[in-house]
Amino acid sequence: MKNPKNKEQNAEVREPLIHITKRDMSTVKRSITVRAIAILAALVLAGIATMLLTKNNPIKVYASFFEGAFGSSTQVWSTMKNLALLLGISLAITPAYRMRFWNTGAEGQVLIGCLATAFMMWKFNTSIESGSMPEWLLILLMLVVAVVSGIIWGVIPAIFKAQWGTNETLFTLMMNYVAIQLIEYFLKVADRSGSNTVGPTILRHGWLPEFGISRYLIGIIVVALLTVFMYIYLRYSKHGYEIAVVGESENTARYIGISVKKVIIRTMALSGALCGLMGFLIVAGNTHSIDPDLVAGRGFTAIMVSWLAKFNPLYMLLTSFLLVFLSQGATEVSTSFGLNDDYSEIVTGIILFFIIGCEFFLNYEVHINRSRLAAIFGRKPAADEAEKEAE
Amino acid sequence: MNETLALELKHITKRFGTKVVANKDVNLDVRHGEILAILGENGSGKTTLMNMIAGIYFPDEGEILVEGEKVSIASPKDAFKYRIGMIHQHFKLVDVFTSTENIVLGIEDGNKYDLKAAAARVSEISSKYGFEIDPEKKIYEMSVSEKQTVEIVKVLYRGADILILDEPTAVLTPQETAKLFAVLRRMKEDGKSIIIITHKMHEVLSISDRVTILHKGANVGTVETKNTTEAELTELMVGKKIALNIERSEPLNICDRLTVKDLSLVNKEGITLLDNISFAVKAGEILGVAGIAGSGQRELLEAIAGLQHFQNGEIIYKNPKNDKDVNLRDKSPIQIRDLGVRLSFVPEDRLGMGLVANMDIVDNMMLRSYRKGKSVFVDRLPPKELAERIIASLEVVTPGTSTPVRRLSGGNVQKLLVGRELSAGPAVLMAAYPVRGLDINSSYTIYNLLNEQKRSGVAVIFVGEDLDVLLELSDRIMVINGGKITGVVDARKVTKEEVGKLMTADVTAAPAEPVETTETTENAETAEIAREGGSNDEKSEE
Repeated sequence: MKNPKNKEQNAEVREPLIHITKRDMSTVKRSITVRAIAILAALVLAGIATMLLTKNNPIKVYASFFEGAFGSSTQVWSTMKNLALLLGISLAITPAYRMRFWNTGAEGQVLIGCLATAFMMWKFNTSIESGSMPEWLLILLMLVVAVVSGIIWGVIPAIFKAQWGTNETLFTLMMNYVAIQLIEYFLKVADRSGSNTVGPTILRHGWLPEFGISRYLIGIIVVALLTVFMYIYLRYSKHGYEIAVVGESENTARYIGISVKKVIIRTMALSGALCGLMGFLIVAGNTHSIDPDLVAGRGFTAIMVSWLAKFNPLYMLLTSFLLVFLSQGATEVSTSFGLNDDYSEIVTGIILFFIIGCEFFLNYEVHINRSRLAAIFGRKPAADEAEKEAE
Repeated sequence: MNETLALELKHITKRFGTKVVANKDVNLDVRHGEILAILGENGSGKTTLMNMIAGIYFPDEGEILVEGEKVSIASPKDAFKYRIGMIHQHFKLVDVFTSTENIVLGIEDGNKYDLKAAAARVSEISSKYGFEIDPEKKIYEMSVSEKQTVEIVKVLYRGADILILDEPTAVLTPQETAKLFAVLRRMKEDGKSIIIITHKMHEVLSISDRVTILHKGANVGTVETKNTTEAELTELMVGKKIALNIERSEPLNICDRLTVKDLSLVNKEGITLLDNISFAVKAGEILGVAGIAGSGQRELLEAIAGLQHFQNGEIIYKNPKNDKDVNLRDKSPIQIRDLGVRLSFVPEDRLGMGLVANMDIVDNMMLRSYRKGKSVFVDRLPPKELAERIIASLEVVTPGTSTPVRRLSGGNVQKLLVGRELSAGPAVLMAAYPVRGLDINSSYTIYNLLNEQKRSGVAVIFVGEDLDVLLELSDRIMVINGGKITGVVDARKVTKEEVGKLMTADVTAAPAEPVETTETTENAETAEIAREGGSNDEKSEE
């Protein structure tokens, strides 16, 4: 309906200056162009901000960005490791998001996987050292317990949602804090010195073997396989199809006899299991230590990765890479130019703002009413109301 | 008449989009101290018209006069300025607030926010008109009738002199209705003007002073209640008979295919939606189901399809292969299918239930069949072939099989849905409002498909709203009214007026029509608009 206000004064309905309509679908070409423009605009704006705020040459700053992500083989491996972690967690939450189950508890689900792994390492340290238990058995045990803990952490809110319709966003969020507190408790028990991290000196066994060049390789391979699995699972499996139906319309699911409860619980079990697996990889493969900040907010960043990629695992490769690249690069810039963390956050913020903001121009069309525009600037009304696309 | 009118509408027209005309050149007047009933079928534009008086919609053409003066009502606030208040069918209350808090919510009169004083005024208004209301009670603790009372007091508190009630009795028991009517009469004596929308003929006759009848968006007559009869009102309401020329063959080899015995369904709120329903559908016939929307049609079909749990009764399916009886009670849709029951169901809500709007055609085609086989993967080849077959045979206009169905027009969407349901080779076919919102050509495609099914021996249940179509297409018509069956008639012999009478007859024992409590008020509102708009669309095509 058009705005009927001020109807008494003038009979014709006043057209708004800017009129926004939803776009049906963007072409591939258009979506690439819009995104490219967005990234370019972000770089320009971030460059201007750099010059004004720090008086540094923006080109040099950008070069340093690349340096941070790809400068040396250590940095490349570090980028790859972070990419694998973020992508893995993003993949884990994706089936739930496809089902419109807003899981904000990936952080906790991964942490509980970390805790389970660390707990097993701590518990069986002596058994390994006395030779009563082979190393491989410990690793297997760690894996199983981590995955099961992840499942428990994921399924609890799912059951409440399925059975009583509780709000999953709040529920999963609260479960994060429970996981954090449990780790705090574990730290007190495992290390009486009161340290806020339990490290390799206590978690001496159950480390994942190093394959060839880097200890991160095994995690990277697992996540690569996971990407392929998730792509196929969501796209070609019956489960994936059911997830999509439940996510789009519970009524339709009911109509064709899909048990919505079962699908919710099953999907969150999968999500939780994969989060637990990621927790296992972090502790057993990368850090060999545990602290409450181990996941470093990746459980939340993963939501952005998954969403920006429209829940498509292959696109998630790109979006997770982008986010990892930005954070690695920004850290490098901060150190090499003697700037503090705030600077790198400003740059990351500007770039993300543009990348997320450009989605608007992919989903909506902006029409500017030329005749109104002309009226405002006091010119003769132009031809018909024409469509002008911003950007 | 030299007395000024409380409210007058002149030449009001309202369109939705370019095709749908919800109200066409409507004139209407309301006197002081009278109760005016607005009567009309679903989609006749009653609610749209009232929404324009209440400031929810703005008329495209025409003018509104209050106390003889031309006014512009652009928002509910404006409406209150002119002392007009509307009690909507779906309540707009904040659950966790008390009745007083809800009543004063949104009032900006410059006075201090004083709940005590407000509660005192609420009690004062209540005692004046004989309401029973607890100013401190929270909405979520209230029954439907108490909530309605809060809504009425809310508009009185704002000083309304013209009250519009949109189907107020739909959610009430007969006792509650009697109470409400007593209150309305007291308000009338106090000089207030009341407009009441209702489908129920006996209520119109018992409560109103005059009746205005809408048909297809236009005012087809206003009569003094004391000078009219039920027959006259029914005739005005259903309109003149239109010849449609739908081909109708005589049913052949008929035998009972699906028998419903003593089916009763009570929802979570304790309202009886289906009351002891018994009937049989025969193979090779079309059984039309007529009734005011929300009389229990949806619940009946969903109960048969295994989507609604019901308290009492049986649904027996006679398997055409071996003539064995299968009881469908307490079976899920999957169990029903696994029992070898070939039941297809075209639900009323096409994109919200029958199909998934955001999925492409192929994925929608396999909704019913994707489970086939032991593989963990779905096989998209058969559904793709099915999609191509349906597109070719029913002339579906689409860019391709990978187009999301939400991008197709209503007629094409419906062809896909009906096509898919028929592809299963049903023995029983249920279709709820299958031509709603469709243009005339698509409608005939659907009628022909239903007829073809009937000729091939399928038992067809067709729930419709257009009586002309029901009369031309069905073999028998079953009339449902307030969750009860008020008659099963021969469609070849019955007249529209007779069916209309059965649809609106008094069924005192049936307490209520369903309330959609699961919907949020906002959704319910849009759903209502869509319903009204949609059915108008269909009608305007004829």
